[in-house]
Amino acid sequence: MNEPPAISVRDLTRYYGSKPAVEGLNLDVPRGSVFAFLGRNGSGKTTTIRMLLGLVQPTRGRGSILGHDIRNLPTEARARIGYLTEEHQLYGWMNVRECGEFQSRFYPRWNEKIFRSVAGHFNLQMTTRVKHLSRGERAGLCLGLTLAPEPELLIMDDPTLGLDPVASRALIESMIFLTRRSGRTIFFSSHQLADVERVADKIAILDRSVLRVCCPLETFRQSVQRVRLRFSGTPPPPVPAIPGLLQAVRTEGELRLTCVNYGAAAEKALRALAPAELERVPLSLEDAFISYLGDRGEKSFILAETESETEAQP
Amino acid sequence: MCSSTVKLDITISTGSKVPIYKQITDQIWLAVAGGKLAVGDQLPSVRVLAEDLVVNPNTIAHAYADLTRDGLIESRAGRGVFIVHKRQVFTPEEAWRRLEPLLDAAIGEAMALNFSHDELKEAFEKKLGQWKAAMKGKPSDE
Repeated sequence: MNEPPAISVRDLTRYYGSKPAVEGLNLDVPRGSVFAFLGRNGSGKTTTIRMLLGLVQPTRGRGSILGHDIRNLPTEARARIGYLTEEHQLYGWMNVRECGEFQSRFYPRWNEKIFRSVAGHFNLQMTTRVKHLSRGERAGLCLGLTLAPEPELLIMDDPTLGLDPVASRALIESMIFLTRRSGRTIFFSSHQLADVERVADKIAILDRSVLRVCCPLETFRQSVQRVRLRFSGTPPPPVPAIPGLLQAVRTEGELRLTCVNYGAAAEKALRALAPAELERVPLSLEDAFISYLGDRGEKSFILAETESETEAQP
Repeated sequence: MCSSTVKLDITISTGSKVPIYKQITDQIWLAVAGGKLAVGDQLPSVRVLAEDLVVNPNTIAHAYADLTRDGLIESRAGRGVFIVHKRQVFTPEEAWRRLEPLLDAAIGEAMALNFSHDELKEAFEKKLGQWKAAMKGKPSDE
């Protein structure tokens, strides 16, 4: 796939006063990917998204989105980008159908069938006024309004925030549905790792304004490993210096380490401690994420793109 | 498009230690081992299964690629994905690896119920006998 990435930024930086919100961000979002943008609150995700859309000017650095400079996005390019914000500008007095009609006038390419099908997926009545919609229903309406112009790139800032499980699932289903057309890219921020695990093929993790991880989801899972060493009789020795150590927990007869890029060298160092047993313990995505961003341990490891994409789709 | 695909009864658990693609391959292997899927059965396409399970199509493609590599399924151009292999579903090592937690769980529960070593042995033998009798007369696999 030699297509240019849907989103590409280099050294993208934004300061608020002397405080960095985003620092030196380099990121490529390949076309056709479902890309999850992760990080704790205040790590700079929203600022990044707003810079991508030209809503916030970068202090430094550059970026392109669908091949256009983010500092000067032409209207034509804007129409090919769907941006789902938490609060879409909706008029309370309009009903669902009128919202669609109103929105459609701004887009040369408007697919009413998609609007109706998303609305139907969220059980919306065309005649219900916006002010009478529940939060989940509003989310469905906003999603319909965003998807009907058939955007090539869909950007969502924490789309499932505050949604109940049913609405949240409907949104995730719509994301999967969107990938039906090849080459459609979804870039979304989220704290819902269960959703991320379902839909994302790539992830990036921002930590305190700095990008720490950018790789396929599966690569991240494989890179963060927990190792358990059991010791009989003696208490565990102090933890040796292992490259990539994130966390170490020592208990009575056990040493539990979480490492990134755990490999032969680390294993050799641990075997030298002469444990009675050494065992790799699989981690859930959430545990891996928390170990990675948690407070203990060193954290200066960027996972590189290591895995070739599996594109095969019968 | 004349043949119909089988309905796969797959459950996805997010937050599990087992990655989703592995949950899918495990459950398809189990369905074959348990006779719910047979040679010649057609599996849903990547797209259909992705929408059915609500997971990224690449994840399904990953699972199908693994199953293809392991010789369980085959993708026939323009027709779909089919189960092609049944015998020796697991390697001996894999079979043992799967048996272990099942035994541990059963024995653990039984211990908690205060069964003695001998009682358990006896119960196990008895069960095996019942299974053997029940399986008698059934055609074995090739």
